[in-house]
Amino acid sequence: MFMMEKALKGSRRYWIWLSCVTCFIAVGLCFYLRQLDQGLGITGLSRDVSWGLYIAQFTFFVGVAASAVMLVLPYYLHDDMHFARITILGEFLAIAAVVMCILFIFVDLGQPARVLNIIRYPSPRSLMFWDMISLGGYLLLNVIIAFATLRAEREETRPPQWMKALALISIPWAISIHTVTAFLYSGLAGRSFWLTAILAPRFLASAFSSGPALLILLCLALRRLARYDAGEEAIRKLAVIMTYAMAINVFFVLVEVFTVFYAAIPEHAVHFEYLYLLGGAHTLAPWMWISALCAIAALAILLTPAWRSRWLPLGCVLVFGSLWLEKGLGLIVGGFEPSPLGEVTPYVPTLPEWSIVAGIWAVGVFLITMFFKITVSVRKEAEG
Amino acid sequence: MKITRKEFLRLTGLSLLAGGAMQVVRAIGQGGTAARAAASQPVRLGMVIDLSKCREKDGCNECIHACNTTHNIPQIANRAHEVKWIWTEPFGTVFPSAQTGYAEQSYTKVQVPLMCNHCAEPPCTRVCPTRATWKRDDGIVMMDWHRCIGCRYCIAACPYGSRSFNWQDPRPAIASINPDFPTRTKGIVEKCNFCEERLARGMKPACVEACPQGVFTFGNLADPESEPRDLLRSRFALQREPELGTGPSVYYLM
Amino acid sequence: MRDRVWIFIGLAVFVAAFTAPFWHVHAKTSARQPDLVLPANQKECVAPASTMRDAHMQMLLNWREDVVRRGDRRYVAFDGKVYEKSLTHTCLGCHSKAAFCDRCHEYSGVSGPYCWNCHSDPQATVTRSRP
Ligand code: HEC
Ligand code: HEC
Ligand code: HEC
Repeated sequence: MFMMEKALKGSRRYWIWLSCVTCFIAVGLCFYLRQLDQGLGITGLSRDVSWGLYIAQFTFFVGVAASAVMLVLPYYLHDDMHFARITILGEFLAIAAVVMCILFIFVDLGQPARVLNIIRYPSPRSLMFWDMISLGGYLLLNVIIAFATLRAEREETRPPQWMKALALISIPWAISIHTVTAFLYSGLAGRSFWLTAILAPRFLASAFSSGPALLILLCLALRRLARYDAGEEAIRKLAVIMTYAMAINVFFVLVEVFTVFYAAIPEHAVHFEYLYLLGGAHTLAPWMWISALCAIAALAILLTPAWRSRWLPLGCVLVFGSLWLEKGLGLIVGGFEPSPLGEVTPYVPTLPEWSIVAGIWAVGVFLITMFFKITVSVRKEAEG
Repeated sequence: MKITRKEFLRLTGLSLLAGGAMQVVRAIGQGGTAARAAASQPVRLGMVIDLSKCREKDGCNECIHACNTTHNIPQIANRAHEVKWIWTEPFGTVFPSAQTGYAEQSYTKVQVPLMCNHCAEPPCTRVCPTRATWKRDDGIVMMDWHRCIGCRYCIAACPYGSRSFNWQDPRPAIASINPDFPTRTKGIVEKCNFCEERLARGMKPACVEACPQGVFTFGNLADPESEPRDLLRSRFALQREPELGTGPSVYYLM
Repeated sequence: MRDRVWIFIGLAVFVAAFTAPFWHVHAKTSARQPDLVLPANQKECVAPASTMRDAHMQMLLNWREDVVRRGDRRYVAFDGKVYEKSLTHTCLGCHSKAAFCDRCHEYSGVSGPYCWNCHSDPQATVTRSRP
């Protein structure tokens, strides 16, 4: 049912590419085995900064996964036919992203051999329990929808009736995965950086810009490398969604900054000071400023009519880069710095940590490559 | 018996679902019985720490030493990977809001012993995805080291920095292993357990016993006649960040 | 038809790999009973020996749930004796880890229970802590 045979036939370039990606996976795996052997001490994490790159990347990719809803919604709910060719790509991107999320959580565990305890002793009071349910359900929904769609296309039949129902369920479900992820953090009394009701909306806004940014870049790559056109109009509409989601995200951040600094409660302000004050032990500040500058540049490009279509790829790269730094690094580390006892322990991800992250990225790239290959083959055959 | 593939799949799915639902129902049920048992005979173990007595013997760390040897706490040089159940911090760090800005040096510099607060409403137990940490009926916030998966969500949830993670194998960092209490392994979280294993044998917590100044008073806070309640009636006491609603069971006398 | 050679070589390799565990075990262990050192001054275990042989793992897991999660440390044995539910204090109070538990586990090919990552063997730690 998965049409794997389509992924097993490809050009030389395809195989070379997959081999390179596999090398990254192998390197990541080697470092992970070392982490298993020596413990999480080989990462840059510490008693005070106990979550870092792994959990931050998890958060970021939950966003990418949730963003598929920005295609499913217009296509299934509003019957917008422009999205006919691109929606399935978004669903496959979501599948790869959820798989990455699960891996990021897994490599963060101190006792991975006991991971099934989460299912053996379910604890509905923990948001991690709900996160597991929502992510698992979302993965399942997307796998079913994407492959059933493809199959129908291959057999040149109409997709079954229940498909649309599932697609409609996946819309609120996508919102829920990122909301629950935000609640993981925003429900913690002692961490004032995350203790804000705007965290969930902010997560959604950043998701709906970073995900489409990535998808547009992937579509542009597909057009060049595989001569598969996802549709000019779809990409244009997606770019509009990305632009306004990005604008809303920046607005949310500014709202937060105002509240924190005007009210000037030290407990809330210290985290922002840690993230944005240059100099001292604030190792993250330069990156946060790069992120901010990328956001401004991206909005300038995407909101100016003359630049919008010409510089679209650059705009997407800037959006993605900006949010990757903001959410995939700063948002988690900022919550731990300074610690409840006011201490700042510098957090610098180590080489093993980066390698494991790169390995998981490579798994994502591998999956995306295969999924897109299957899709393009099936569609090209169907189109004759 | 004949069964179609479709039926088989449906049955498997249903039984999986039912299994999961039963676990959830059981989990909710257990919460209820625990609460009822607690209501019948209120016990809330707690600690009162007299800082004025502690101050008299500057630089003493008998309590910390006693805890370390009782519980096989590794002594790790790298601050980032430290494991600690009881330790000290300056007064100003522990009670940032109890400072006036023109505070007298004599107490702002004082070292304050810290440990798990064994909160009445512990945020750490709420977030644990495996119920590896939970509040017992007597108020002790327990850890089940056999069950912890090392996700460190409890560390993120604790507003007091009371929890440590084993970033490495602790055994090489323990000078001499006390066989009476198991060590821990890499990859799990640990913290003060109010010497639950000593209480069960009718002993007092190790730090209470070791302190030469009688700084620590341990007892049942729910009992108005208990020693700690006596102290709390007569002296001005602080809790760490009570405004968070956690209800710490560790009190500090000024 | 030239493939036939390869098919047979492949089959042979597969069969060898598949049965490797059996050969491996055969080469390493003898069929003799393990030579278990039983407590010298004791007659009875905390349950009949046959029960212990079959179910000591489940008993230990139950003890551990009872002690850690229910605060219940008292164990009344089949002969009315009362024991503390403790791996180190009770089991290793009578048995030697190295000459009893480990020996049988090695013999039965049970990968040494991970319990010893945390629980100590009093005999081993006493010698270690006196340099
Ligand atoms: C009071 C001393 C004592 C304690 C405590 C004790 N044992 Fe034993 N155990 C014995 C004796 C004596 C025998 C031999 C009994 C016999 O052969 O009838 C034995 C037999 C056994 C056997 C069967 C060995 C065989 O012959 O196959 C096992 C397994 C065992 N014990 C495990 C345990 C475990 C696990 C614990 C802790 C829960 C434990 N024992 C606690 C004294 C003790
Ligand atoms: C007579 C042989 C025998 C003796 C003696 C024995 N064991 Fe075992 N033990 C076994 C076998 C066989 C298993 C595997 C059972 C299974 O997997 O179902 C086992 C499994 C266990 C397990 C569960 C391991 C796991 O990974 O699930 C524990 C814990 C354990 N033994 C502890 C002890 C301790 C402690 C002692 C010594 C006091 C001891 N055993 C002595 C035969 C023995
Ligand atoms: C991660 C470390 C760790 C591992 C691994 C571990 N334990 Fe424990 N265990 C502990 C600690 C710590 C306690 C003490 C809890 C307390 O008293 O508060 C304990 C307590 C116990 C107790 C009750 C008290 C006592 O003194 O024995 C039993 C029984 C027990 N464990 C059995 C086991 C068994 C059986 C295994 C292996 C299958 C095991 N444990 C593996 C850390 C561990």
